[in-house]
Amino acid sequence: MHFDLNTVWFVLVGVLFAGYAMLDGFDLGIGALHLFTSKDEERRVMINAIGPVWDGNEVWLVTGGGALFAAFPNVYATVFSGFYLALFLLLAALIFRAVAIEFRSKRPEHWWRQTWDIGFAVGSILSSLLIGVALGNIAWGIPIDEHGEFAGTFLGLLKPYPLLVGVTTVALFMMHGAIYGVMKTEGALHDKLRGWAMNSIIFFVICATMLTMATLLYVPHMAARVRDNPWLFSVALANMLAIANIPREFHHGNDGKAFLSSCAAIITLMALFALNIFPNLVYSLPNPENSLNIHNAASSPKTLGIMLVIACIGLPVVLAYTVSIYWIFRGKVKLDRMSY
Amino acid sequence: MDVLTLSRIQFGATAAFHYLYPPLSIGLGLMLVIMEGAWLKTGNTLYHQMARFWTRVFALTFAIGVATGIVMEFEFGTNWAAYSRYVGDVFGSALAAEGIFAFFLESGFLAVLLFGWDKVSHKMHFFSTCMVCLGAHFSAVWIIVANSWMQTPAGYHIVTRDGVARAEITNFWQLVFNPSSMERLFHTVCGAWQTGAFLVVSVSAWYLLKRRNMEFARASLKVGLSVALVASLLQAVSGHVSAQGVAKNQPAKLAAFEGLYQTTSNAPLTLLGWVDEKSEKVFGLQAPEMLSFLAHNDFHATVTGLDEFKPEDRPPVQASFQFFHGMVGIGFTLIAIAALGFLYFRNGTLHERRWLLWILVFSVVGPEIANQLGWFAAEVGRQPWLVYGVLRTPQGLSAILKANVVLTSLILFTFIYFLLFAVFIYLLNDKIQHGPDDADLKPAGKLALPEKK
Repeated sequence: MHFDLNTVWFVLVGVLFAGYAMLDGFDLGIGALHLFTSKDEERRVMINAIGPVWDGNEVWLVTGGGALFAAFPNVYATVFSGFYLALFLLLAALIFRAVAIEFRSKRPEHWWRQTWDIGFAVGSILSSLLIGVALGNIAWGIPIDEHGEFAGTFLGLLKPYPLLVGVTTVALFMMHGAIYGVMKTEGALHDKLRGWAMNSIIFFVICATMLTMATLLYVPHMAARVRDNPWLFSVALANMLAIANIPREFHHGNDGKAFLSSCAAIITLMALFALNIFPNLVYSLPNPENSLNIHNAASSPKTLGIMLVIACIGLPVVLAYTVSIYWIFRGKVKLDRMSY
Repeated sequence: MDVLTLSRIQFGATAAFHYLYPPLSIGLGLMLVIMEGAWLKTGNTLYHQMARFWTRVFALTFAIGVATGIVMEFEFGTNWAAYSRYVGDVFGSALAAEGIFAFFLESGFLAVLLFGWDKVSHKMHFFSTCMVCLGAHFSAVWIIVANSWMQTPAGYHIVTRDGVARAEITNFWQLVFNPSSMERLFHTVCGAWQTGAFLVVSVSAWYLLKRRNMEFARASLKVGLSVALVASLLQAVSGHVSAQGVAKNQPAKLAAFEGLYQTTSNAPLTLLGWVDEKSEKVFGLQAPEMLSFLAHNDFHATVTGLDEFKPEDRPPVQASFQFFHGMVGIGFTLIAIAALGFLYFRNGTLHERRWLLWILVFSVVGPEIANQLGWFAAEVGRQPWLVYGVLRTPQGLSAILKANVVLTSLILFTFIYFLLFAVFIYLLNDKIQHGPDDADLKPAGKLALPEKK
């Protein structure tokens, strides 16, 4: 493995999508969980826990999409046109998630709030599920013809393995969201969320175990790199240790560290995924020779170079004010008249 | 209908709906900077009340703008995959830059703008408001750069590898400063300022008519009418500059805008009219020699007509003509409305002229429609090209799409967007009826400014 610009961009696109999963993951998790309480005030606290940040978190997806377009236009074109209906469903889900947050607080009537709360929950769960199903299909491999076009169908995307990845993603985001909620709340809701977090962890571990077995049995190419480089097993180990660390941090009352552990779990999962598909971006099944990889799907070296300059200027600035904004809004949520 | 038509309808409809909101975000962003700046400078809490009220409206438009904006980014890949492959090397970098430089800035500081009033210092909050406004403008920069590259491509070359051709960047700065990008940016941003300013004017005029929140309405009108007048006048300048650019860079488009079939010197300007595409004639009110003068600063200059282009290279004439003339007509009407409003406001008789107040109430519809018509004219006038002179529209379509699939997404999104629009209007009305919050007149705690001597 040598480091050329194409590899750098594989990593950068990966960083953007991992950033999205780590950040918007807890927003989607909060959305999936908030119907479990029927108290308006508790729902408001949960929504306001993500209120100032969800929008910025979603930008990671937008920028990831833009970076994919610019760096690997063939992947962008093949995947987005191939996953057409799934993508429009994802867009619809993300729209409902976004506007539900904004709309629900604007009227006091119960039916109004309940309607948008359901929109928020369905939007969040469906977004998580579809993102997982898409990743699952990339892992499993999708039919690609010799022109690099998707040669499958919408129903063909709903195989058991991608669906399992989808459910696992929902579980992962629920766990992540619950832990974020624990960190941001106090009192009775805090205790409730801690219970949900423990249940979500169990849900996630069951899914992850099944997914690991399924991958080893049915998707051997997704374990090939780790098989060839046993030291990479440390990434899988780090993932499990990060999950195991969450209840431990809860026990010691370190909710912030529990959340960081959950972030680490997501990053290690994304790293495992990236390590095993590299250098492909889209694995072609049944014709692996048609796979889209970091070379045959990439933009010119000139563009990748220009984009790297843009990323080097932009990303540090973005990180700086993202951190500042999380710092400004640190601590437990307090409802006031600006709140949703 | 075929896949191509459905995809074009879908892209056009989703873009048109999306573009109701960004001009509001950009324009209101500027208004917020002015209002909050005036509060910090004068200490007059009325400005604080204004900034708070318009921030709530801003949040609403911003949320829908963001939600419908992602659709646009994904649609290049879903429906126009061949286009994406062909130009991704050039076009994609502008979109990625928009994400990195504009969206993060905007959405990050939006948190402070909306929820940080008493969490950060005044200066920090004002700084955040400025950053949100700047982010909104940056996003206009990059998306106009991308679109202008489709109008006047520059800084690229066509490379063929393994029998597959595509555009690749040769010079990034030529791409950014392509022949039409800066004048079109100026034009778009002026339109956005008008939209934000006229929204403020509309709502304030409504309060005056209903004799509610009079103090608030008068102060808002002062800011709103000033910005509306300046932006509308600037818009006339930028429109003129843009049209001259079109005459130079996209002569077929200008000919379609003006319904000019024959290349002529001393070309007349049709002020209002109807194109008969069959007989290739325009009927209507004409000003002699004005088109030559406006396009080339010379009453005798020769203006290229559609006869210089093969029929298959001409844009739809009637549509381009009407969209363009509609936009220009609204533009001049807005100057008149803003000037009248400003004049009577200055001499203190505006509140007596109820007819003018009623016109002002509906004035925000003007820039919104003009923005839409302007984009229709720009995009229809570019046809039959997707990238002017480089790639034809049908060539950009995704190869594997089926008509029934596009129809499904089109119906789904038509339904969703109608729902969103209905809720938006309902909530906007709700906020307007509720009006400004009197508590904001006495900012307390961290928000209280030191007394001015």
